[in-house]
Amino acid sequence: MTDSYAIDVHGLTKRFGQKTAVDHVDIAVPKGEVWGFLGPNGSGKTTTIRMLCGLLHADEGEGTCLGYDLRSQPDDIKRNVGYMTQRFSFWEDLSIRENLEFVARVYEVPDGGMRVKDTIARLGLEHRQTQLAGELSGGWKQRLALAACMLHSPKLLLLDEPTSGVDPEARRDFWEEIHALSETGITVLVSTHYMDEAERCDRIVYILNGRLIARGTVQEVIAQSGLITFIVEGEGVRRLIAALRKAPGVEYVAFFGAVLHVSGHDRAALERALAPVRAQGAFRIFEAQPSLEDVFIHLQEQAE
Amino acid sequence: MKSLSWMRFSAVLVKEFIQMRRDPLTFAMMVGVPLIQLTLFGYAINTNPKHLPAAISINDPGVFARSLVAALSNSSYFDIIKTTNSPKVAREMLDRGEVIFAIEIPVNFSRDIVRGSPPDLLIETDATDPAAGAYALAAVNGLSATALRDDLVGPLAARARTAAPFNVVTHLLYNPESITQYNIVPGLLGVILTMTMTLITSMAVTRERERGTLENLLAMPATPLEVMLGKIIPYVFVGAIQVILVLIAAWLVFSVPMLGSFALLWLTLGLFIVCNLAVGYTASTLAETQIQAMQMSFFFFLPSIMLSGFMFPFAGMPHWAQAIGQVLPLTHFLRIVRGIMLKGNGFVEIWPDVWPLILFMFAAGTVALLRFRRTLD
Ligand SMILES: Nc1ncnc2c1ncn2[C@@H]1O[C@H](COP(=O)(O)OP(=O)(O)O)[C@@H](O)[C@H]1O
Ligand SMILES: [Mg+2]
Repeated sequence: MTDSYAIDVHGLTKRFGQKTAVDHVDIAVPKGEVWGFLGPNGSGKTTTIRMLCGLLHADEGEGTCLGYDLRSQPDDIKRNVGYMTQRFSFWEDLSIRENLEFVARVYEVPDGGMRVKDTIARLGLEHRQTQLAGELSGGWKQRLALAACMLHSPKLLLLDEPTSGVDPEARRDFWEEIHALSETGITVLVSTHYMDEAERCDRIVYILNGRLIARGTVQEVIAQSGLITFIVEGEGVRRLIAALRKAPGVEYVAFFGAVLHVSGHDRAALERALAPVRAQGAFRIFEAQPSLEDVFIHLQEQAE
Repeated sequence: MKSLSWMRFSAVLVKEFIQMRRDPLTFAMMVGVPLIQLTLFGYAINTNPKHLPAAISINDPGVFARSLVAALSNSSYFDIIKTTNSPKVAREMLDRGEVIFAIEIPVNFSRDIVRGSPPDLLIETDATDPAAGAYALAAVNGLSATALRDDLVGPLAARARTAAPFNVVTHLLYNPESITQYNIVPGLLGVILTMTMTLITSMAVTRERERGTLENLLAMPATPLEVMLGKIIPYVFVGAIQVILVLIAAWLVFSVPMLGSFALLWLTLGLFIVCNLAVGYTASTLAETQIQAMQMSFFFFLPSIMLSGFMFPFAGMPHWAQAIGQVLPLTHFLRIVRGIMLKGNGFVEIWPDVWPLILFMFAAGTVALLRFRRTLD
């Protein structure tokens, strides 16, 4: 079955001293899909990705990337995986061109000179190719990094928060690029903070304190949570927050999009909590599908 | 995967060359260190070493010869490690650098004293390091008046009161004018290379770690050997430029002679440079930060200048210090470079100090390779 999965790992575990950063994580990503890797800061996303591309030894667990064994074939994995680090990690004292040329040589890319030239042209950087990478803006650094880790035509892309600190337009372009790559059969695992980016993925996994606690399509993850959300609309809803948070059966109240999201697992209890608000007559109250954010905040609070 | 691919190796090499060229620190060290050191150490460092190894040849069975040997030993300047009846044996030991002095008590030494015609006591000394022998020679001159006082009794008592009973004749070999710079400047070549080469390379991997680029490098398929060679070789050129600077200064400013072969000098220089680069690279795989890497290379540099025979004559150091000194590449390199430049030594003479360098290079290179971790753990 391994053949149809780009990533297929079981029980992946990493400890730093006393702390278990990644705790028995199983991930199986079918070839050609785009998966989102979500979770709050410090939950173990970077550590997991580093184990997948052979940068960290897993303390426990086993599996394959692109059919190569994680423990015994790290060199094969390195040659066929493109890894984009969370922090920009290309050489700031090399120019754009020099960085790309280095990558092309290290991966022994056939016809590397042409590939570098094409890449620079595709990025629209011909006139800036001699500029030092350290002088680029965040958005350009991110584009350069993505182009560089694509240079050796990897079959699997591991992208660690590639869009953090990048403006919305650049993010949109970036996702279009990801989808275009996916069309060519490349598998992508991308970690992110942004909920809207999760919606652009075929499937998502959610990691918290080193444990994967949700997986599936966005719809599935929302459904699995069993969460019920009521939306309260109207002038001055924000003033209701304090009272609602104290009401029994209300697990989580959030204000976004100028409306209140009131969530819990017990429909009857939620109705009871909202009854006094309804009685005021000034607000519109209706049930809606919880957002992904509602679900994640709920999962986090549940864990605490 | 091949452990050495030309393409991957050249990728690292080109990258390092470009980065080196853009790093102002490299240039500052390349030129600044030789300049400062030459200025500082152009002056002599005065020392008064004792217990210097000496070989003595005696061709006189008389009492005066025995008394003189005892007096030399008691002076604490000489460690007589060989007593022979052949002046040739003593001289050979001097040539090999095993002793600093070859002392010859000639035939009929005692008889001439009794007769009142003062004989010559011949002392040959290796003056490549003039500071080493100067005090010892002064001590011998003092001895000539007093050494035999207890033996010159009775009818000979008058001899003790008049002129010295024997003459001290010294031959300064290799550096007859006792010019300290002759000794210091070739030594500085080694000191400068030790300092710069270890310091610059100790930054090599640490810099990548600190800037976060190591993660990227490790995620790529370059092997440890490719990374090490690619990072070290550019600095061989830096070392070569320093050598040229120092040699020009040695020639133009200090007029140090060059008696041996340039080819041999460059060959051993190359070996010595690689030894130091391997040490620096090892430090760089151990250290977490550039500051730590710098401290580690100083930890290597300090004993190198103190215990190699650069600061103090090697033969005059206590045994434990000599033992440490024997392990340091600078110790051997100093002997080689002084031998080639000042004595005109050839390969055969320097071989005893060449093989320890080769051994050191492979040992340090292996440690550096084994220390290079392929993961971020
Ligand atoms: N090299 C390390 N040494 C010690 N602890 C680490 C190391 N790397 C990560 N951690 C810890 O492991 C946990 C997971 O970190 P990380 O994988 O970076 O999370 P994320 O990428 O999801 O923000 C954090 O608590 C972090 O402090
Ligand atoms: Mg992270």
